[in-house]
Amino acid sequence: MTALTTQLQAEMNVVRRNGEQLLVTLGIPLLLLGFFSAVDVLPTNEKDPVNFLVPGILALAVMSTSMVSLGIATGFERNYLVLKRLAATPLGTTRLIAAKTLSIAAVEAVQMILLISLGFLLGWSPQQANWLLALCAVVLGTFAFAGIGLFLAGNLRGEVNLAATNGLYLVLLLIGGIVFPLDKLPGALSAISRCLPTAALSDVLRNSLMSAGEHTTSSWIVLLVWAIAAPLLAAKTFKWN
Amino acid sequence: MSAVVVENLTIRYGDFVAVDRVSFRAEFGEVTAILGPNGAGKTSTIETCEGYRAPTNGSVHVLEKNPFTQRTSLHSEVGVMLQEGGVYPSARVFETITQYCALYNRGIDPTTLLVAVDLESKATSTWRSLSGGEKQRMLLALALAARPRVAFLDEPTSGVDINGRDAIRHIINDLAANGTAVVLATHELDEAERLAQRVVLFHQGKIVANAPLATMRSAQHELRFSSVPTLNVQELSAHIGLEVTVIQDHFVVRFENTDSAFSSELVQRVSTWLNNNNLPLNNLSIGAQRLEDIFRNLTGGTQ
Repeated sequence: MTALTTQLQAEMNVVRRNGEQLLVTLGIPLLLLGFFSAVDVLPTNEKDPVNFLVPGILALAVMSTSMVSLGIATGFERNYLVLKRLAATPLGTTRLIAAKTLSIAAVEAVQMILLISLGFLLGWSPQQANWLLALCAVVLGTFAFAGIGLFLAGNLRGEVNLAATNGLYLVLLLIGGIVFPLDKLPGALSAISRCLPTAALSDVLRNSLMSAGEHTTSSWIVLLVWAIAAPLLAAKTFKWN
Repeated sequence: MSAVVVENLTIRYGDFVAVDRVSFRAEFGEVTAILGPNGAGKTSTIETCEGYRAPTNGSVHVLEKNPFTQRTSLHSEVGVMLQEGGVYPSARVFETITQYCALYNRGIDPTTLLVAVDLESKATSTWRSLSGGEKQRMLLALALAARPRVAFLDEPTSGVDINGRDAIRHIINDLAANGTAVVLATHELDEAERLAQRVVLFHQGKIVANAPLATMRSAQHELRFSSVPTLNVQELSAHIGLEVTVIQDHFVVRFENTDSAFSSELVQRVSTWLNNNNLPLNNLSIGAQRLEDIFRNLTGGTQ
């Protein structure tokens, strides 16, 4: 086994054993999609709320895995000096990051399969879906949220990072255009929300899957900026121990 | 070639000088103890040797490489044991040892390593469920997974019970016997005395002694005994012609003459004086000075 596959296996073991991470990455997105599709209480402007919800919940899944799960696990790895110990092996930073990236990609693939399957079961009917564009959005979203998660993980103590990441997750869930349309938010809050990566990712996913990706230039720009700036900030400020 | 060469190493944290122009070497097949109280600069020095930080001034070479700039290539031959932690709490013992054997890829069989550190019965236990001694043995196993030519071990017996200490000492001795240069940081003088061939004594960021343990200990001998607390130290000193000091409950006479006839004569003079004064003589010992006392002498009594 190579150093990369060895480390990937170790990363997957951590994901598998941390039940609370699986709850955030799989349980909550599936629950929200199922509940709000069945109970029509959201002001989604859609005849069938599942058409609004699926792209937003896919964005939530990306945030759950690449920001919350990765950020919290990495924060505790710093706290427990796991990263410090690994730094004294021949693994190297590149292969460590590659292993973490592959583990995120594996979890996201499972998330997408389960959420899209549930969406179809609940009656989701994508219109002129551009799946390649949606995949690009997921990749950019992953970079953006991983950058935010690693920025927090690399600068805060384990427990503080846990609270901050979960708090941010809740805020972005509420004002990020995932379950509530941005135009239903108060004016100033709506304007701020449009600059957030969650809203940008929800918007481009919604347009890619429901209307062939039209009219989303500003959201693509916002997402691209976050995808570049957040990892750079994380790399510049990350403290290994 | 020396395994580790540290020359004029200085490490600063802001205005604070943690390590001040220290130089020493560690050789293959020897245990070199970096010894000193907490805060003396041991861990800063070890971590610079491990490549975690760059020296502020001076140089460090491990296996003739710069550990900070050539860390990836160096780390395949260097074993590291951190002072604490380094393993995820939910990680299992054998799984983690297997992971490190694969990362180092030096042909070490994880099962053999598990047996070597006596953790077979804990193979499926999680890190969080291990005792202090078991955790230290597992950290040692992760260092051994490198089949190291140089091993940096930071406080390897800290918090370990007597049986656990014996097991760890045995592994460290075997490591050195097989040619590895073992650099051991510890604040426990007794541990260094049992394991090390060479001792580097740190005090307030500086080296106050650097010599083979045998040389350091043979430089001074001492006679040690106990009696009544009211013993007149000045009178006894005058009688034997050497200074008698009181250390805890013992009376101690230090001398540089290692000739056995001199030692016998000294014992004779002390016992005669005590007998003449109707004072008891208990717990008499004579021989090389203990490392603890050497350290006290060199640092003015602080540890």
